[in-house]
Amino acid sequence: MSTQSDSIAIDRDIGNFFYNVAATRDAGVGLTEKTIDYIVDVKGEPEWLREFRKSAYNVFKSKPLPTHWAGDELKEIDFDVIRYYLASGEAAKRTWEEVPEDIKRTFERLGIPESERKFLAGVEAQFDSEAVYSNIKKAVADQGVIFMGSTDALKERPDLFRKWFGKVIPTGDNKFSALNSAVFSGGSFIYVPPGVKVRHPLQAYFRINAENFGQFERTLIIADEGSEVMYMEGCTAPKFTTATLHSAVVELVALRGAKIQYITVQNWAPNVFNLVTKRGLAMEEAEIKWIDCNIGSRLTMKYPGVVLKGRKSRGEVISIALAGDGQHQDTGAKMVHAADETTSNVVSKSISIGKGRATYRGLVHVPKHLKGCKNNTECDALLINASSRTDTYPAITVRGTGNSTQHEASVSQINAEQIFYMQQRGLSEGQAMSLAVNGFVNDLVSQFPMEYSVELKRLIDLEMEGSVG
Amino acid sequence: MSSIVIQELRVSIADKEIIRGLSLEFSKGEVHAVMGPNGSGKSTLAKVMAGHPDYQVTGGDILMDGVSILEMEPDERSRQGLFMAFQYPMEIPGVSNANFLRAALQARLPEGEELDATEFYYRLYEKMDLLEIRREFTARSVNEGFSGGEKKRNEILQLAVLEPTFAVLDETDSGLDIDALKVVAKGVNTIRGPGIGILLITHYQRLLNYIVPDFVHVMSEGRIVRSGGKELALELESRGYDWLKADKGEPVGAK
Repeated sequence: MSTQSDSIAIDRDIGNFFYNVAATRDAGVGLTEKTIDYIVDVKGEPEWLREFRKSAYNVFKSKPLPTHWAGDELKEIDFDVIRYYLASGEAAKRTWEEVPEDIKRTFERLGIPESERKFLAGVEAQFDSEAVYSNIKKAVADQGVIFMGSTDALKERPDLFRKWFGKVIPTGDNKFSALNSAVFSGGSFIYVPPGVKVRHPLQAYFRINAENFGQFERTLIIADEGSEVMYMEGCTAPKFTTATLHSAVVELVALRGAKIQYITVQNWAPNVFNLVTKRGLAMEEAEIKWIDCNIGSRLTMKYPGVVLKGRKSRGEVISIALAGDGQHQDTGAKMVHAADETTSNVVSKSISIGKGRATYRGLVHVPKHLKGCKNNTECDALLINASSRTDTYPAITVRGTGNSTQHEASVSQINAEQIFYMQQRGLSEGQAMSLAVNGFVNDLVSQFPMEYSVELKRLIDLEMEGSVG
Repeated sequence: MSSIVIQELRVSIADKEIIRGLSLEFSKGEVHAVMGPNGSGKSTLAKVMAGHPDYQVTGGDILMDGVSILEMEPDERSRQGLFMAFQYPMEIPGVSNANFLRAALQARLPEGEELDATEFYYRLYEKMDLLEIRREFTARSVNEGFSGGEKKRNEILQLAVLEPTFAVLDETDSGLDIDALKVVAKGVNTIRGPGIGILLITHYQRLLNYIVPDFVHVMSEGRIVRSGGKELALELESRGYDWLKADKGEPVGAK
């Protein structure tokens, strides 16, 4: 491990690390065609992908920032100083002593295994998880499931990969899907054969390093007819990163009768811009469910969506957002009905603490030629302090006869009498607030796999502790 | 003798004086009843003892085992052994009754010590059986969707589980029909004993048929105007509160 302390200037307030690294696999800062060539060459990618990436780059350049509807924070992104590709082993590091105490305490409170802490804290560049997940790996292989990194997948299984890659989220969908299409690296590829019900929730278990936990992940999951799979992304622990822009793309394809559940817990550092495009395509009688929890980052913009392409298909988005001081969680859902008798359900709960801001944007589209479609949306916001903020922007367009839609929204504060009641039973004000907040999101948290729901509750407690007063 | 002593208490809310020099004392092992017409300040007394932030204590003191509790936060008073059964118990959506009680018990343990889950459930079920509360109840959110009677029974359940030294029951009988009242009274009577001092605040004498007090105090216009034994309650029942207005004497102290 090289000693880099003399070339690292640490400014804790901004969270930016400046370093000089003589890296052989570093594309440098800024984005040009040369960066793309570099990525393709270093990764040994096929020529079709070089063309794909370059044309995506042009789309990216041609699109303006969507500041006409998005928050002003976007303007702060300086595309010229971002590193768009950094291979494994060269990510900036720090010593364990340099890791801030509050980060260490969070690991303690969340019960993060010792072996993972150093990786998460940026002390080690990678975490060799093969040993930990070897049982899952074997079980998955036994069922005939293909599970590998996206780079390996496009090389080894172009038949499957190219069939759906870029079809659910076209390059030009938005500026950031274009960016991802140009410089993506890392992310998962999963193919589940027909009828296979994957018993274990899948998580990226292959070598976890800077690249795979990276800025521009590209994930593609294909569930063939009648299959079922659950995928988990992210973790509750704060993840050290020097990269301030994270722009992932996740495409899901659920073929006839298939079910996909995609679970995300996001807790990026408070200086990160997290702009993600996630969409699923649901064929006849298929189901896609997004369970999304956003706790970290400076700005997250993410609207998981489902295109209900097949008759009787179902889309669902369950979303929890926690916005503290200096944070803006701009989340929501997109439900596009494109067949008869399709159903969609969105439940969103947000908590704004201090000067935090939570925004809900929900798009529901049912065109007039469809029949028997149903949509239901519920969005509830909780404001903890007088300076906390929440906004709701529903965009619901339902036409035709025999379709129905329902939208309910609420904004509330923690009731002082409730807090007094809990205090009278012996709970401190902070404990009472935590309990009230956990109660508010309880029915959604319980939909996460158990390991996550336990960590989530602890994380919410931690966030609340800071806010009381 | 372990007791709560209220000395010449004066309490206002938004510049309006509600309690005007109230003195009262009750000890472990005793059941005292406080009765009075509407507006006499009974509920205010309960809330002030619990430490409700809306009220300002402008004079006097409240001592628990000789120590003033006026500077203590509500939760500290609770952990010191004071329990209040609310007149209007709050709903806490998303928090189950079991988890709520666990959190309350856990808060009383020293830092680092974990509540034993098996012991907790054993204790909880024991008390639930006493109060004829069904098992499913533990998973329901605190007071959410409960009828008035169920909420009051839940207060007594919490009282039973938390085992305080002093309990103030604020109009526990209001909104209850006879059957619910009997169950609640049975619960209180089982808890009653040398280890706990109980202050029953009530408007109607009826409750006192089931929970027979050792002492009765009458409150009017912010102070105690009369004290006596359990017969005093019966006298009020037949003569009404107006009788006291005619008979207004000095504010009365303990016993």
